[in-house]
Amino acid sequence: MMRRVLLFIPVVLAVALGIVLFAGIGKDPTHLESALIGKPVPVFELADLQDPDTIHRDDIFVGEVSLLNVWGTWCPACRDEHDDLVWLARDEGVRIVGLNYKDNRDLALEWLDSLGNPYALSLYDPQGRLGFDLGVYGAPETYVIDAEGVVRFRHVGVVTPQVWQQTLQPLVERYGKGG
Amino acid sequence: MLMGRILFAVWVLLLPLAASATSEVYPFDTAADQERFRTLISELRCPKCQNQNIADSNAPIAKDMRDEVYRMLRQGATNQQVTDALVGRFGEFVLYKPGFDERTALLWATPLIAVLGGVLVVIGIVIRGRRRDPSESSLSDAERRRAEQLLEDRDDGA
Repeated sequence: MMRRVLLFIPVVLAVALGIVLFAGIGKDPTHLESALIGKPVPVFELADLQDPDTIHRDDIFVGEVSLLNVWGTWCPACRDEHDDLVWLARDEGVRIVGLNYKDNRDLALEWLDSLGNPYALSLYDPQGRLGFDLGVYGAPETYVIDAEGVVRFRHVGVVTPQVWQQTLQPLVERYGKGG
Repeated sequence: MLMGRILFAVWVLLLPLAASATSEVYPFDTAADQERFRTLISELRCPKCQNQNIADSNAPIAKDMRDEVYRMLRQGATNQQVTDALVGRFGEFVLYKPGFDERTALLWATPLIAVLGGVLVVIGIVIRGRRRDPSESSLSDAERRRAEQLLEDRDDGA
């Protein structure tokens, strides 16, 4: 009798392994949760993109829920999402802070001039220092930052109207009311 | 002519040295620090090109991470401080050797569980083998007596 039961062990193991592997199907392993969720935006001091003499610090996020959008003119996917960002800022009234990441100031300004500027405020980070502290590993990335300056969510990849409606908008509304 | 060939051979042999010298250089004061740096960057994982460590990866982010490790080591940081700083930014993902906590306990315990399982199986086999000996002798009493008889006869004959 005992022997019979033992014979089923391989079957049980195979089923368990199957369940574990099946659970992994369809998950995108390149999407990593940010290590900064629930933590304040890293301390920084960066020049404004339009006005090099203006220095911004991490207190720019205090008072209002913002999206922090990491972009660069070298990043083709950033071009894809740009029109949607303009739409978000103009029609949905979202405050978007731009982080121009490892880019060239002239190219970036030209880009905003010709494509429209969705950013309430633009940070210029040519060395990628704030990007590094944020754990940016691939532009575009978009962070939801609450009114206390705490990072609540990170979206890696292009922002589309669908991403906005399904993922970002609920978060922005939730933290907007809370703060 | 021969001299030219030898010179050419020497030049070709020296090329790899020149090539490695033109890639990034991270000079340290001591060989121990150099070794520590090499170990660290081979144990940290690149978040962009996953399944490469930051020593092997050409991604810009991997270079930033190497630079940061270098900067911190030059400032006298311990290995723990370096890994903590990078985990704080990029998450535990960057560790090929994750820390031991409740989430990773099963992961770390798996080898131990496998060994214990194997030991239990061996113990089971040994115990079963011993138990069988006295009770399940394949000879009946009569056969055993005859076997002893035969052995004795042989001793006498010799």
